[in-house]
Amino acid sequence: MPLNRKDLLGIEPLSVEEVNLILDTAKAFKEVSTRDIKKVPTLRGKTIINLFFEPSTRTRTSFEIAGKRLSADILNISSSTSSVVKGETLIDTAKNLEAMYPDIIIIRHSRAGAPHLLANICRASIINAGDGAHEHPTQALLDAFTIRENKGQIKGLKVAIIGDILHSRVARSNIHLLTKLGAEVRIAGPATYIPVEIEKLGVKVFHHIDAALEGCDVVMMLRIQRERQDKSYLPSLREYFNLFGLTPERLKRAKKDVIIMHPGPLNRGVEISSEVADGPYSVILEQVTNGVAVRMAVLYLLMGGKYEEVVS
Amino acid sequence: MKKLLVKGGRVIDPANNLDEHRDLLIADGKIAQIGKQLEDKEAQIIDARGLIVAPGFIDMHCHLREPGREDEETIESGCRAAAAGGFTSVACMPNTNPPNDSQSVTDFILKQASEKGIVNIFPIGAATKGLLGEELAEIGELKGAGIVAVSDDGHPIYNSNLMRKALEYASMFDLPVIDHCEDKELSAHGVMNEGYYSTLLGLPGIPAAAEETMVARNIILSVLTGGQLHIAHISTKGSVELLRWAKAQGLKVTAEVTPHHFTLTDKEVCRYDTNTKMNPPLRSAEDIEAILQGIKDGTIDAIATDHAPHRGDEKNVEYADAPFGIIGLETAVPLALDRLVNRGVISISRMIAMFTVNPDRILKIERGTLSLEAAADVTLLNLSEVVKIDVNSFQSKSRNSPFHGWDLKGRAVMTIVAGNVVWSSKPIT
Repeated sequence: MPLNRKDLLGIEPLSVEEVNLILDTAKAFKEVSTRDIKKVPTLRGKTIINLFFEPSTRTRTSFEIAGKRLSADILNISSSTSSVVKGETLIDTAKNLEAMYPDIIIIRHSRAGAPHLLANICRASIINAGDGAHEHPTQALLDAFTIRENKGQIKGLKVAIIGDILHSRVARSNIHLLTKLGAEVRIAGPATYIPVEIEKLGVKVFHHIDAALEGCDVVMMLRIQRERQDKSYLPSLREYFNLFGLTPERLKRAKKDVIIMHPGPLNRGVEISSEVADGPYSVILEQVTNGVAVRMAVLYLLMGGKYEEVVS
Repeated sequence: MKKLLVKGGRVIDPANNLDEHRDLLIADGKIAQIGKQLEDKEAQIIDARGLIVAPGFIDMHCHLREPGREDEETIESGCRAAAAGGFTSVACMPNTNPPNDSQSVTDFILKQASEKGIVNIFPIGAATKGLLGEELAEIGELKGAGIVAVSDDGHPIYNSNLMRKALEYASMFDLPVIDHCEDKELSAHGVMNEGYYSTLLGLPGIPAAAEETMVARNIILSVLTGGQLHIAHISTKGSVELLRWAKAQGLKVTAEVTPHHFTLTDKEVCRYDTNTKMNPPLRSAEDIEAILQGIKDGTIDAIATDHAPHRGDEKNVEYADAPFGIIGLETAVPLALDRLVNRGVISISRMIAMFTVNPDRILKIERGTLSLEAAADVTLLNLSEVVKIDVNSFQSKSRNSPFHGWDLKGRAVMTIVAGNVVWSSKPIT
């Protein structure tokens, strides 16, 4: 089965079948990274551009490694080295890149909808690697992959997503994906960080972390970026940690086999204590490992690859 | 003496309570006679059978961009767009560059209008110098130069004390103060309505409260001052309710609504099309319902376009970075006919009033009626003709409309200004 899509702009438009196809394909690709020679010829001759307008270590590197392990030619453009600093518009940048016939453009941008703008004008496949507070689909896919590896399936699990939901693309993509796959999704955070009418996405809202953690199978912590926001959201990071920081004590309310996830980068002592981040329930580094497999699957499927051909 | 005889149409003149099949004779730029079976051998005959003959439409809120942004619109092109949309008079906002906060800018606009404009231009002056919200503009002098209202356009008059003073001071000249009601702290960096769709799209939201708190403040200041307040482009349910309250108190408070705010909801933003980005933003279905109710019960006085031309490349950027605003002169009448009249929200007569006598009562420009001896500004409407909106055929210099490709039932087919046919959808025989 192929993924009949030109672009991956978000989780919201995907069907359950498409999500499962990507996750199953990722499972087949995960083994490649454990080989001595970590390379398959699948995307030989394909050109991939990593177009990053926001700082990123994990996501950019993960896509780059994924592309290289599939034998694609992949190159990186970051905003500081691009013509954006000369005042070039996003559309013009995209048109110029397009003129060099790339097969895939992976874009990260601070503005929601920037990948959609590219998708409208480019022949190349567009992958959203995070657009503003909108979506970060490959993050949600690698999170789901990690949950599935640890828990077998996603249906019926209680998942708490805790922190700044308002500004989080990771939260939105995960909410779409987890609710599609039948998890009970709880979100928790200060009232100032809960977007309006989020209940309509099928989640339960909590303002007390203890209640949100009760009986949870999975806890996802989100990064607090108070330094980038206006100061009206939170009185202080200290108060935030007191009210919403994940500590070993609080974690006792979750299930005994709970797993702790975080999209990174961590703010130790702000949203999560080091004991939890480095503790036995943490799967934070597994997420990073799985990111490569999931992105290999996405690149492969967008180029018309079929699941059956990977497994055989 | 040039004469026109508009024959066989249904003449609707809400100011005079007229809705009958009549002929209309225009002589010397004025309405000379209305009657049955009029004949005049000298007059050019206009066959209006099957058409509505209405007073010339007035758009009390548009942006013509001249001086300053002639790449987006000029007084000449804006007037052509207005004529093509059925408008015979437009009131242009002062957010030009330089802003219209002085007699010399008003003079310039009126000079351009008289030399190049094919419809009547009524400038709106700045309420405060430079639209900065710090000191009152020289409103007395502006009035002398020909302004018909004061406003800081896209900028609310933020300082409540200055808003009070503006209402008091403008009342000496019988000028309304038109305010764009927005609490800029509440709207913050918002780019669309705050609601389910802003949550879904991850775009910063502008809550309805950002408009409503300012509407409430302004209404309270109108109680305090007795000044004439006009609320620009009302967009929320709460604003309609506040306005209804103000009118029940007998305050001198009026409001306008744009066609896009009674037609489109924030769901339209879903494809990140920047032609859905305007301020105030497209609101929820519930807000539209309240707006339609406000139109129906007369709470909302006028329909205005908020015509805001922007160059294509400036609009074709990331949603958050695009300028606010869409053009509306060439879509307003089809939208009002299709959405309000043909769908039975209000009668054709009420709709005509919202484009004619009602804005005239607010701006006091002596237009908007077919009274004898009145300026012969006339708009002819065809209620059943379906028009396909095509931005590429627009007279405006800009193309930023979310209605491209829409089929709408009803349109203006001829525009007559002071007895001259300035626009016709078909060649005149």
